[in-house]
Amino acid sequence: MPADIPVTGRLRDGVAAAWPICLGYFPIGMALGVLAQQAGLGPLWIGLMSVLVFAGSAQFIGVAMLDGGASAAAIILTTFVVNFRHFLMSSALAVPLRGVRRLFLLLFAYGITDESFGVNMTRFRKGGWDKWRALVVHHTANATWILSTMIGGLVGTLIPEGAFGIDYALPGMFIALLVLQLQGRAFIFTGALAAAVAVAWKLLVPGDSYIVAAAVIAATGGFLVRRRRHRRREAA
Amino acid sequence: MSFQEYVLVVAGMGVVTYLPRLLPLFFLSQRQLPQWLVDWLELIPVAILAALLAPSLVVDADSTLDLLRREFWVAIPTFLFAVRTRSLGGTVIVGMGLFWVAGMF
Repeated sequence: MPADIPVTGRLRDGVAAAWPICLGYFPIGMALGVLAQQAGLGPLWIGLMSVLVFAGSAQFIGVAMLDGGASAAAIILTTFVVNFRHFLMSSALAVPLRGVRRLFLLLFAYGITDESFGVNMTRFRKGGWDKWRALVVHHTANATWILSTMIGGLVGTLIPEGAFGIDYALPGMFIALLVLQLQGRAFIFTGALAAAVAVAWKLLVPGDSYIVAAAVIAATGGFLVRRRRHRRREAA
Repeated sequence: MSFQEYVLVVAGMGVVTYLPRLLPLFFLSQRQLPQWLVDWLELIPVAILAALLAPSLVVDADSTLDLLRREFWVAIPTFLFAVRTRSLGGTVIVGMGLFWVAGMF
């Protein structure tokens, strides 16, 4: 660990970057804890799932399937399909984390979520960010998630439905992260294409395949457009 | 379901979630990637963020297009606020406030 900044500085930066994620996770985690309790999975049981899986939508689906008496194989296969999008995020993180020790990556990979990925990639892009700060983001979000699912099972949702617009914390964060990524025409084109393909795909195809499909199609489209422009510029 | 059975199911869910999170990072980070792949991966964050966000704004739980959703209408001023201020925390607060107020009508 380089000695330029004390550990507390990194901790503070990481926690400061993670707070919108935590704000968004809290009501969702508590709602999951309540559902789990109703399905006969107490706070310790859902807490164990949050520790081992740490993935919001897959856990909601998992609890519903357990409640409905689905087979272990069906639950695990569904979880794999729903969470496969992290494969793309992990690939993109390999660029800023190039050459990082594999032991670190074993721990770091555990905390990759839609939200932490959005926050960390935006920070890496802006500069002044490093793997330790990124790791603090992961584990701040992780601790919030685990605790909020357990609290939900213990005492209910705590927050009245819809209060303070807290349900919009994560959409609001994604809107801001998206805007911060729009640095140049190729990015705007890619984002617009991804939005259009994702909506069309979701309307036509059941399930969650729209995320990976739209991201791959749009990144490829943006890549081709940018390369053609570069070629034309070189020819001119 | 016994606790042992539950632990096995949840451990299985954990493994199939962890491996896609780990494997690309574990292998791609240790080598020099070709420039075309770096350029392509550079567009993945914006593509994933837009793909996650857009359907959550305009597609209903029953998979129909609905442009009258509160999520969508609140997103427009929230988006403009983010473009103007480039503030992550501010955008989250403004989005929540607008969504809350819009829910009162």
